[in-house]
Amino acid sequence: MTAPALGKDLTGLEHMTPEQIRLILDTAEPFKEVSERPIKKVPALRGKTIVNLFFEASTRTRISFEFAEKRLSADTVNVAATGSSVSKGETLVDTARNLEAMRIDMVVIRHPSSGAAEFLGDRIASNVINAGDGKHEHPTQALLDLLTIRDKHGKIEGLKVCLVGDVLHSRVARSNLWGLSKLGAEVAVCGPWTLMPRGIQELGVTVFGRIEEAIEWADVLNVLRLQLERMEKGFIPSLREYYRVFGVTPERLERSPKPITIMHPGPMNRGVEIDSRVADGPHSVILDQVTNGVAVRMAVLYLLAGGRAELADAAKRGGGGGGGAGGGSE
Amino acid sequence: MPRPKAEERTILLDARAMSRALQRMAVEIVELAHGTDDLVLIGIQRRGVELAERIAKLIEQQEGAPALIPRGALDITLYRDDLGTVGPKPVIGETHIPGDLTDKHAVIVDDVLYTGRTVRAALDELADFSRPKRISLCVLVDRGGRELPIQADIVGKSVKTGPDDRVDVLVEELDGRDQVDVIR
Amino acid sequence: MSRPILLQGGRVIDPSRDLDELADVLIQDGKIAAVGRGLSAPDAVSIRNVKGKIVAPGLVDLHVHLREPGNEDEETVASGARAAAAGGFTAICAMPNTDPVTDNQAAVGFIVRQSGRAGLARVHPIGAVSIGQKGERLAEFGEMVGAGAVAVSDDGRPIVSSHLMRTALEYARTFDIPVADHCEDPALAAGGVMHEGLVSTRLGLKGIPAAAEEIMVARDVVLAELTGGHVHLCHMSCRGSVAIIREAKERGIRVTAEVTPHHLTLTDYACEDYDTHAKMNPPLREAADVAALRGALKEGVIDCIASDHAPHAYDEKEAAFDDAPFGVVGLETAFAVAHTELVESGIFTLPELIRRMSTDPARVFHLAEAGGGGTLAPGSVADVAVFDTTAKWSVDPAAFHSKSRNTPFTGRALTGRAVLTIVAGTIVHEL
Repeated sequence: MTAPALGKDLTGLEHMTPEQIRLILDTAEPFKEVSERPIKKVPALRGKTIVNLFFEASTRTRISFEFAEKRLSADTVNVAATGSSVSKGETLVDTARNLEAMRIDMVVIRHPSSGAAEFLGDRIASNVINAGDGKHEHPTQALLDLLTIRDKHGKIEGLKVCLVGDVLHSRVARSNLWGLSKLGAEVAVCGPWTLMPRGIQELGVTVFGRIEEAIEWADVLNVLRLQLERMEKGFIPSLREYYRVFGVTPERLERSPKPITIMHPGPMNRGVEIDSRVADGPHSVILDQVTNGVAVRMAVLYLLAGGRAELADAAKRGGGGGGGAGGGSE
Repeated sequence: MPRPKAEERTILLDARAMSRALQRMAVEIVELAHGTDDLVLIGIQRRGVELAERIAKLIEQQEGAPALIPRGALDITLYRDDLGTVGPKPVIGETHIPGDLTDKHAVIVDDVLYTGRTVRAALDELADFSRPKRISLCVLVDRGGRELPIQADIVGKSVKTGPDDRVDVLVEELDGRDQVDVIR
Repeated sequence: MSRPILLQGGRVIDPSRDLDELADVLIQDGKIAAVGRGLSAPDAVSIRNVKGKIVAPGLVDLHVHLREPGNEDEETVASGARAAAAGGFTAICAMPNTDPVTDNQAAVGFIVRQSGRAGLARVHPIGAVSIGQKGERLAEFGEMVGAGAVAVSDDGRPIVSSHLMRTALEYARTFDIPVADHCEDPALAAGGVMHEGLVSTRLGLKGIPAAAEEIMVARDVVLAELTGGHVHLCHMSCRGSVAIIREAKERGIRVTAEVTPHHLTLTDYACEDYDTHAKMNPPLREAADVAALRGALKEGVIDCIASDHAPHAYDEKEAAFDDAPFGVVGLETAFAVAHTELVESGIFTLPELIRRMSTDPARVFHLAEAGGGGTLAPGSVADVAVFDTTAKWSVDPAAFHSKSRNTPFTGRALTGRAVLTIVAGTIVHEL
């Protein structure tokens, strides 16, 4: 039996196999317990150096990664590279070379340009984990969403999951779409047509133009954050109207025959894409998502650290690659 | 994968011998711990957990103890010192420590004692949970070949083996039968 | 003047006279002296046995970007002309988006002089439509034409103002030059880095819808009809544009169009893995677009192939997709890519391809009046290319004569290449 190794980098879920995704989710389970221990720390990544390289502002993703790293005993450095005067591209190449020269073990990168994580991964020997690249992917967010759905419903296969809101600009939506479909869920998206990417139906996704239709259909609603700047750029006329037409409210949910699990990647705009009574309601698993985020990221860090260099890129190209050696009695 | 030569499998313990060994180990544990009041059994994932459960039941039978012997499970994967050379373990087992171990006598139970590295990891991990007044080690098979200064307090069966040999412990709960084989 | 040259025994293809036969070509005093069988060799002639090779009028490229003045590290007039010669081109037309912009007679004259100094492929300057390519005031077409400009364009940028486009088309009539437009609605294309479609959705990259081009193509056609001016549509990329041009031509509107080798052969799937060498503007589109463009070129709805040779320093493309500049080099791969993909695959005959790469582009920009090109008619200027259409090679950017290496065709196996290029009777490239 060969274990489905992950390869060198985690840049997205699109090119991963269902087995690889399941491996991460299964590995995340025991890590949940680590965060409940009196000493919330295991020595698995002792001596590993990890750089958290954030070219975009982020609080919760960075904190979640940092906790995951520290609970695995890695040495971490945070680099916030926003507001640099040099152009973004130059910074990225130069940053890659500098990191390589410092012989670090892993890089967690967030960058405003789609493909930035892959770009970095192709140029350095260290493991690269994508913490969000442009509008492309945010794989650890989708993995924690998958874990939360699996915890709540006991399965993912056959569930109807609808991503609601600004799908066009959402890396969370893209990663969720890949992860959910690979694990056998039915996926839909719902939002104004101005925020739907071209060709999304060709990916096997149902598109609902009205939130009422989505609510009638779904077992799970994953409500995406609506960036304020979407209004300024003219994609929607106003936040008020958005709430009235697309807001997830208790009144709308009441019309569903079954309880719908409510998720949100955060940070929430209460009263815009989601009503507070829904966010704080009995079917909300929003805080479970945050808890699971640490476990999933620990699992990813742990699996990549144990991955072998010659398996690099195997996962990216969609091949599974060979697995780790068997354990034996000792 | 082609093997250089046909492997030779010999039975070290059959089901009855294994049963006798476990009986004896249960008795020795109670003697070592001066009774069962402070006793906690901690099995190391995977087969150590099953063996700890068996021994706990045997102790409960022989002592007629009203209270159950507390038992826990320890997965030492995250405390290994060889991550990156063996590749990721596909499955990390459950770790469960039954309450606070301070002032308890914790007996670590494992199937095979070899290099000692697993026990080293288990001691480290246990120390991160609490501070037992005493920790002992109980193994079904001691196959020699230590790389660390670690010794078992209670041993079911000792056997000399070489580095290319394997010791397979089969337990009813997981493997359908009780048996210990040496493969040379 | 160099020695006479006799090209012996080649297959002579001259689309300007519908000629395709085995013949010798004698070049003397910079002109085609004779085309025929068994031509006798004059004294001191340099004889080239070109048996099994193709002798054709030198290729003409209406659309290249040489980075001189301004970015001579990426390309100069000389290095571009060298790359052109190596690709079988005897004449190339340089877009004015240099730094400073080629928007006056002195700047145009500079390109002409640099071309003369290089003494390789002819470099014809294209003047800017508007001063500084700012899209506001007309540049001095008359003076630029007097200095050697063969067309005007604000390429690199679209002509956004319909009023400016109208006046440019009207004013250009006096000098009988085309106005070449980069068709792109800037509001629809804003921030886009590749074709808007399934691939851009998957990659999370902002798309440029085909509509951004089609809207401007339609506008330019309407304005060409209104003004009677000649609009030349640069680097067509989508099937909608083809339909508009076809209809315009049927109605007799003075519109010509070009298409690049990459738009004839690649789709947006080339952008997978965020390959910045597949980032160009207009973007690579879909298979249906490629098919429509090939059909349009075959029919003559699109007049010619132009490379849109756009050199960039290696480190500029070494960036995230969003941050890399648009553009690819093409002079040294254009013929081979087109030959391999269009002729070897049986869609075009060799004479048809040479027509679209030599005779037709020379006609579109009236190059006969600017020194010649596009014909092997006796008496015309001896701009000649000899191709080995059986030569197999694979694209190695390190071997380019261009100063830049940004090609989407690295490693691609191609068939056919120029083995001899002659400009005004002088050999400027020989393998």
